[in-house]
Order: sequence, then C-alpha cells, then structure tokens
Amino acid sequence: MKSHHPLFHPLAACLLTSLLISPVQAESETGERLQALERRLNQLENENRALKLQASQTEQKIEATGAQIDRMAGSQGGTAKAASTIGGYGELHLNRLKNQKPGGTDKDEIDFHRFVLFVGHEFNQHVRLFSELEVEHALVKDSSSNGSTVAVEQAYLDFILNEQFSLKAGLMVVPVGILSETHEPHTFYGVERNPVETNIIPTTWREGGVALNARMAHGFSADFALTSGLATTSGNNYRVRDGRTHTANARASDAAYTARLKWSGVPGVELAATVNRQSDITQSIDPAAGAATLYETHAVVNRGAFGLRALYAAWHLNGNGPKAIGADRQNGWYVEPSWKFNDQWGVFARHNRWDNAAGDAANSRFDQTDVGVNYWPHPDVVVKLDFQNQKVPVGQNEFDGFNLGLGYQF
Amino acid sequence: MASLRIFFLFALSLPAWGADQEAETSRFLSGVFGQPPAMATLWLTGELRPDVRAILDHDYPAARVRYWHVGRRTVWVLDEIGKEMPITVGIVIGNGTIERVQVLVYRESRGWEVKSPAFTAQYAGARLESGQKLDRQIDGISGATLSVRALNRLARLALLFDRHITKGDQP
Repeated sequence: MKSHHPLFHPLAACLLTSLLISPVQAESETGERLQALERRLNQLENENRALKLQASQTEQKIEATGAQIDRMAGSQGGTAKAASTIGGYGELHLNRLKNQKPGGTDKDEIDFHRFVLFVGHEFNQHVRLFSELEVEHALVKDSSSNGSTVAVEQAYLDFILNEQFSLKAGLMVVPVGILSETHEPHTFYGVERNPVETNIIPTTWREGGVALNARMAHGFSADFALTSGLATTSGNNYRVRDGRTHTANARASDAAYTARLKWSGVPGVELAATVNRQSDITQSIDPAAGAATLYETHAVVNRGAFGLRALYAAWHLNGNGPKAIGADRQNGWYVEPSWKFNDQWGVFARHNRWDNAAGDAANSRFDQTDVGVNYWPHPDVVVKLDFQNQKVPVGQNEFDGFNLGLGYQF
Repeated sequence: MASLRIFFLFALSLPAWGADQEAETSRFLSGVFGQPPAMATLWLTGELRPDVRAILDHDYPAARVRYWHVGRRTVWVLDEIGKEMPITVGIVIGNGTIERVQVLVYRESRGWEVKSPAFTAQYAGARLESGQKLDRQIDGISGATLSVRALNRLARLALLFDRHITKGDQP
C-alpha cells in the first residue's frame, strides 16, 4: 500500500479546519456589521424625526409670523379685510373761454376745482361707513367770494341686510343720473361735468335720509330713498340747482321721495329711470310754489372701444310762482358718443341742451357742443382737453374756448 | 307713500345675514370640487413679487395667498380694493385658462352688478398673454368702473399664480 507524504496530514487538517472555521467567522463579521448598520439607521431615524419636528415647528413659526404680518397689513390669511380705508380724488382745471356776450368778461382761470378725501370703515360684515370730504376751489377764507367750500359730500352708513337688500342712512347722493354717484374725474369725458346734469338734476346732489337698494334677478335693481328736500326760492328764479341745501342746518319741513329702476343685465349696458318727488320745493317758504317732480332717464353703452351716454331730465314745478317766469318746466338732455382707441387714449363729442325756464315762450334755452380727448397715463390718472361752443339766449354769457384738466383718483 | 314705508319696514325686518367670507369660500369650493382638497399656501416671495406689483400697481396686502390644487386645476381666493373696500373673489383656473370667476364678498356701496353671472361669464376662457394682460376685452359696468378694474387685476393675478404653481406640471 502506497504511503502518504509526512506533511500531508497537518496540511490537510489545516485546510479542513480553515474551511470549517471561515464561514463561521464571516457570519460573525456580517452580523456585527449589520448591527452597526442597524444602530446607525436607528440613529439616523432619530435624527430625521428630530429634524422633522424641528421643520414642523419652524413652519408653524413661519405661519405665525406670516399671519402676524398679514394682520399688521390689515389682512388675514391672504384674505384682506381692511377695517378702515382711505382714498380720494382731485381735479385741476384750466378754462380759457372767451365770452361772446358784448361787454362780457372772459373766463381765463386756473382752479384746483375739487380735492376730495374718502374715508371708509367696515364695522363688521353688516355695517359699513362711506364718507367723502371735499374742498372746492382750493382755498377757503373767512370771507371767501370765489365759491370755495369745505363740505361733507357723503357720510352714510350702509347696512347689508342680505344678498338682495341694503339700506343706507346718513348724508348721501340722490340716486339719479349718471354722474351723481360716479363722478371721479377719470371716469368721464370732458374737463367740466356736463351742464345738463349740473343745471337740471342737479349734480352732485346730496341729501340726508335713508335709502333702500334692492338687487333683483336678470340685472334689475331698484332704489327707494326718503330724504330731505330742495329749498329753492323765487329770488333765484326757482332754479333747482340753487335749491340744494347740502344738509347744512337745512329746513326739514318737506321731505323728498326718490325711486329708481335700473337694468344692467348685459355687460357694458345700463338703462335707468328715476322719479324724484319734492313735497314742497321751497320747504313751504314760498306760498306761490309747491310740490315738484323730476323725471330722469338715461342709457350708458360701452361695447369694446365704443361708448355712448345719453340722458334726459325734466322738472315739473307746481305753483303760480314758477309758472309766472316759465320755471315750472326745467329740462335738458345730452348725447355723448365716444371712442377709446386703447387703454390710454379716448375721444368724445357731446351735445348738451338745457333750459331752466322752459315753461314759457321766451327763449331761455342753452346749447353747448363739446369735443375732446382723454389721456390716461395710468388707469387712475387722466389728462383732458376739450373745446366747447355755446349758443345762449340773448343777454346771457356765451363761453367758447377750451378747457384743460388733470384728474386723479386713489 | 304708505306702500314705500311698508317696503322699508319689510326690508328692515329681514334677518341681517350679511355675507360671511369663510362660509362663502366654503360654498364656492364645494361647488368647484365637491370634496375640496387641503388648502395650500403660496408665499409671495422672490420672482413673484415684481410680477404681482406689475399687475396690481402695489404689493398684495398679504405675505401669502391660499389656494387649492387638484391635477391641473387651481382655485384662488383673492382680495382687491375697488373704490374703498376690498372685494373677495374666487377664481378657478384649469390648464392655464379661467374656468370661473365668482365674487364671494362685495363690500362696496355701489357696483353690485359685478356679482352678476352675466358679467363674470366674460372671464371664462380668458388666458394670460404677453405683458400679463388678459387675452380679451372685458366690457365694463357704468358706475362700477373701479370694481371692474379690481376684478380684472385679480383675474390676471390668479392666472399668474396658477402659472407659477403648475409650471412643473407642464408637459
């Protein structure tokens, strides 16, 4: 029998032993490594949890800071709800008008016609205050002779009754005409407000009282107002404009009632009609006068670049006093087409006719034609230029020329 | 005039439930989504701020705005002052196009006509074109010029925010 080499047995034993021992060692090392990894993983999980908690806390802090910033800015969570607001508008006019009346005085003047500040306040979701304080003609002195005034133009509380009804109470603009309620300079063409609404309605016309606004389906809305009334006199030929009391220590013996129906069911279109009834247009001071009624209707159309405003207004005054001088009928109308080339430029033409003594055969009718341009360097800022030509009754001032204006609203 | 007085008394007798902003928002969201998703917040920082200012001519009066986002549809509830008071408006955008505009709370004294569906329907389908302007003319409302302009600004703002949020979703 063949014998083996003497080294064979120890070598084989070692090999055999190493083959048997290595897996055991490897298994042990892997286990240790796994344990280390597990420890590391736990550590990372703990760190991750801590970081998440920290991030959450940071986010909460940021949210709280944001909320505080919003509150300081008068808003809450991105839904601004300013309690008090301020705004205003103003207009500077240059009038270069030649008086065609023989011996008449030209009107060459520059005037900061109106400086108005709005202050509003939302008491809660149901009650809001709206107010406008106006300085007319820039300067008010103790013995002013330029017609300057400081006046509360509006100051009323608006009670929101529900989605359909709201009630105003205080000093407010009578809901009639186009310019009376919306008269900021950048919203209309022409430097001066149109003479028909000024002399007939008479814009801007404010009274103290209450008014209910009803919003109905299909674009209809209605306004009903119970307010103080006009107080015109025979001394000013019963002109309605001179009957405005501005609710300043005004007589309140005879109330006025206003009803307006408006339709704006199609965007860019407004049709409206108003009736105003004065119990006594002299506040019972003049026994030769009495009740009076204003009928007004207007249309506003804005379709694309094209615009059209048309208005008719007529007063009927009772009593022999107004009738004797033809002031029992006071009426007027205007038509104003316009074209807006773009957001900055627009042109218009307007013909106005009015008569504050149309009740007799005497010629007392005024006509005025205006053409002009508006330039809006910013949507709330306007520069205006217009040319006017008047035809007036014999003996009246007849102003022809141009007007330049600058207006703003904020 | 007796009928007029009766009408006043009738109006005064109605319950004074003025618009509740949160309730209106909730109703609006339910109408849009059925089951609204969780509210998200967009912080008005970095590149957004100059764009917001370009549209509004002023900074937005909050550090962040809330919105709701499902797929490629976003809903925004934003505020802007018309003449004197803020108007709260809900705007739904889908695929970068306005689906719906709804005035949730109107606080101005006049110009309620902007709430009418006939008016707000004009915004449906509007997109943002160059200069961050709407791609269409919105016919205004006489006597509500400032409110209409406020709504126009908010429509543009919502489209801008939507573009910012969904730009990562673009194919």
